[in-house]
This record gives sequence, structure tokens and C-alpha cells, in this order.
Amino acid sequence: MRKEFVEIVEKIFKKDKKIILLLCDIGVHGFKNLFSKEPKRALNIGILEQSTISFAAGLSKSGYIPTVHTIAPFIVARAFEQLKIDFGYQKLRGNFVTVGGSYDYAALGCTHHCPEDINLINNIPFFQIVVPGNSYEFSQLFLQSYNNKFATYFRLSAEENKNKIKVKFGKANIIQKGNKAIIIAIGPVLNHIISFIKKYDVSLIYYTTLKPFDKKILLKLKQGFSKILIIEQFYSGTTNNEILEVFKNKIIIKNICVPKLFLNNYGSKKEHDNKLGFTSRKIEKQIINFLKTS
Amino acid sequence: MLYKDKSMRSYKKNKLIYRICELANLAKEGHVPSALSVLDIVWVIYNKIINCRLVKQKSPSRDYFIMSKGHGCLAQYVVMEEKKFFLRKELNTFGKFYSKFGGHPSTNKIKAIEASTGSLGHGFPLAAGVAYAAKLKNYKSRVYVLIGDGECNEGTIWETCLLASHYKLNNLICIIDNNKSTYRSLKIQKLKNKFKSFDWKTIIVDGHDHAKLIKSFKTKSNKPIVIIANTIKGKGIKIMENAQYEWHHKTIENLTLEKIKADLTI
Repeated sequence: MRKEFVEIVEKIFKKDKKIILLLCDIGVHGFKNLFSKEPKRALNIGILEQSTISFAAGLSKSGYIPTVHTIAPFIVARAFEQLKIDFGYQKLRGNFVTVGGSYDYAALGCTHHCPEDINLINNIPFFQIVVPGNSYEFSQLFLQSYNNKFATYFRLSAEENKNKIKVKFGKANIIQKGNKAIIIAIGPVLNHIISFIKKYDVSLIYYTTLKPFDKKILLKLKQGFSKILIIEQFYSGTTNNEILEVFKNKIIIKNICVPKLFLNNYGSKKEHDNKLGFTSRKIEKQIINFLKTS
Repeated sequence: MLYKDKSMRSYKKNKLIYRICELANLAKEGHVPSALSVLDIVWVIYNKIINCRLVKQKSPSRDYFIMSKGHGCLAQYVVMEEKKFFLRKELNTFGKFYSKFGGHPSTNKIKAIEASTGSLGHGFPLAAGVAYAAKLKNYKSRVYVLIGDGECNEGTIWETCLLASHYKLNNLICIIDNNKSTYRSLKIQKLKNKFKSFDWKTIIVDGHDHAKLIKSFKTKSNKPIVIIANTIKGKGIKIMENAQYEWHHKTIENLTLEKIKADLTI
């Protein structure tokens, strides 16, 4: 998705003089053309994430649209207070595009993991959260929302789902309709489900925007449903609360998510996926068991 | 206790000092000694340096004042009240549930406040962003940001020193309220040498001397400028000057207020 991020930012730079790119010395090579063409609006600030966020807030206050990019933990965890106060509290717009969420940088270890990003950002009022499933979706979602009046967190992933779905910012997509349960897939994890899901009598809803959360789509479907399975490749919790607000009746919610642990292994993302159950086979098994529960 | 500043008649200063204490007494809130150490700086900024009309109008090419050490905001409130940014009865609500005026300033509630501060080390890098934006737009705006010596414990202060000199933000003027409040913990000494090593233009002044403050604020340079203003925490009220740490966030009771009033000969 990073390649498309570069392309879309370059494209926007040509027509929108308000956008400013700020890198924290990550992803610099990809933007080399932009740095030479727009040295005043494309800045490799350096490895000072907290000040970069506050600096970006100063730009935003002056009418610009800062777009900050680095590895997820370095802004979400390290500069959380700057996101909260300088953007959230002061209601300033800006975009925060990260890579490496959850455990994409598996071999680099826990310092570079960030499965907590969505939960943390969700706690900041005024922030929007976007989890695109692939590059095509990212391009659509970024174009639709980069210049709205909010602060927006975009989570880019190493894994992409192979289905090119037309997505709309703030809206979820119904992939299939069924009767026995609702399955919610967020971003790239759709890839693991799409191959087998037709065999099951379930509704599958695909979310790429988590905040604002599309409740309307659930309200349309909710009649008769009492079971909801959420598949999200980060720490659970964010989506559950939104769903509980929609379903007033008794419901069973199950999460297939990243456990709240430090993932101390190295290796590849695929190996972590396998260990944590993010494979088609293991997810399908969990769906079967879930459908059996009452 | 009378003051003999040339640019601000003593009675007026004492009135402002009393107003700070009165508000803190009404609300049972406020960092009074911090407000008193920056009062002269803030008064000079609003009266002699920035154009208040342009600030009220939110003119894009205005000069900016950002109070990075947000807990000193009582000084900013009383000076802004004097400059008719808001009414006396509005400011009397300080610290109350529905008030616009909190213990730290909020730009969402008061539009003429440039940034919501409180957690230290945020306003300085934000000010650098504003200064960078002004340069991009070819505005001649100058961005004044007030930080504390205690705030200099924060890493973002030194990150921003790097950032501002790298981008040659000579429209950024950082004022350090050097009231030595950090001396009880991590002492920050030789501030001049530290900023100089980051390639900043450095000036040291008496933070209560208006003529010297005005001169330093008008300094021009091809580098970002730091003005190390030596101040006294609690300046103007002897009980606070003599027990600075005790009074840092202490409530002013009615009897104490009466004594302060008598001392100030209001």
C-alpha cells in the first residue's frame, strides 16, 4: 500500500497546495521525487515524532493539511499525547498514515509492533480511523477524506485482500447476506474469509472505516440476529462497543483478534498469522464452532 | 509595595497582580506564582509587540503569542481583559463549570487564545509549525512562544530547537520564563550555552524590566531567537516570593487576599 500512498500523495500535491507531507525519516526513498519537486511542502523532519505531531498541528492551525507518515508505534504510542491534545482537543485536521500496525515488522520485534493502535486512537475524540484492505481501497478512502475537517488515522498493512471492492469513507459494505450470524471483517483480513464464506448461511459485512462507525448498515440487518463474530487483526474492543449500542437485545459477540500479549517471536508475519489463527483454515474452523454455539 | 516601572505605572501593575489573586481566590484554583513571574512579559507582548486588533480579527498575517506554559494563563487572561478581549464579568467565571476560562487556556473556547496548552512541551513545537507556515505563505508574522525553565526538562523543547534552526525559523521567538522553578528537580543551567549550541540567537534579560523586554522582543536575526528572561516566581507578593514551591498551586483564602490587597495598596 505504501507505493499507492506515494502515488496518491504526489497526485494530490499537484492540485492541492494545502497538503504538506511530513516523514519521520521513514519511507523517505519512496518520496524522493516529491522531495526534489516540492522541498518546502515535502519534509523529512527527522526522528522526533512528538515534536513532528505538534509542528504539524501548527501547520494545520495555519490552514495547511499536514500528512504525517511513519511506523505505527512511533506516533500512536510515543506521540499519543500530541495526537490527543494538539489534534484531538484542538480540533485540527490532519492525516496520520502508518505502516507496521500489529506485527507487520515481525522480525524486528515488539518495539516495532502496534496491535494497540486502533484501540488507542479510538479513545481520542475528533479522530477518524480508516483500515483499508488493499491499495485500491486506500486510494479511494484517502481521496475521499484527506481534506475533511477531522484528524484521520490511516492504517496501511503489508497484507492486502485481493478483492477490489468499491468502498466509501464512513460506509461498510455488505458482501453477502445470510441468516445465522453476522460476520464483520475489518480491512485486510477479508482475504482469509472470502474464499469459503459462501458455504455458510451468514451475513458478511466489510468495514474499512471504523470511525465514524457505520451503524446504519447493522440496523438494517439486525432483525433476528443474536450472534456476531468480529474478525480484526489488532487488539479487540473497538468494534464491540459500537455494536453493543446497535443491538439492544441479547447478543453473543466473539472476536477473532490479536491477543493482548507481547508477541515475543520474530520470523515472518505469516508465521505470526499462523500462530495467532489468522489463516483461512483456522478462521473457518472458528466460524464453524461459533455457529454451533447457542 | 509599589513598582517604579517606566512603561507601566505601578498602580496598574498592582491592580493586575490583585486581579490574578482575586480570580484565584474566587475559583480556589490557579497557579498564581507562575502567573506573576510572566506577568511583565505577557503585558509587554500584548501592549508593545503584537497588534491586538489583528489577533481579535484572526488575521492570517498577524503576529502570534503562544503560551506554552499554560499554567501561567491567569497572567494572560488579566492582560487580555485589560486589552478588552473579553468582559470583566466573563473572566469572573474563571474555573467555574461553564466558564470559558480554565486553569489552562483553551483555543476552542477563546478564539483569541492561539493554542490549548497545559501539558508542557506542546506549545513550542506547535509554534514552530505556525512559524514555518508563515514563511511558506511569505507572511512577515513573528511567532512569540513562552515556555518555562521547568518545561525545558521536556525532550520536545530540544527537538524543536533542532527543528527551528534546521528550517531557519528566524520568525520564531522563544521566551523562557527562567524563574528557576526547576531547581528543586532537574536543574537546567547555562540555558544560553545550550541554545547557542543549537545555533539560536540568544539574549538574556531581566524578565521584569519592560524596556529591556521590548528591545529584546524586537530583535531581528537570521536565526531563531531565544530570550532568557530571568524572573522571580510570585513576583510582587512577598509571601509567594519567599515560599515559591509551597505556593505553586495553593489556594488563596479570603484572609490572605485581604492581606495581599493591603500590601499592594489597591
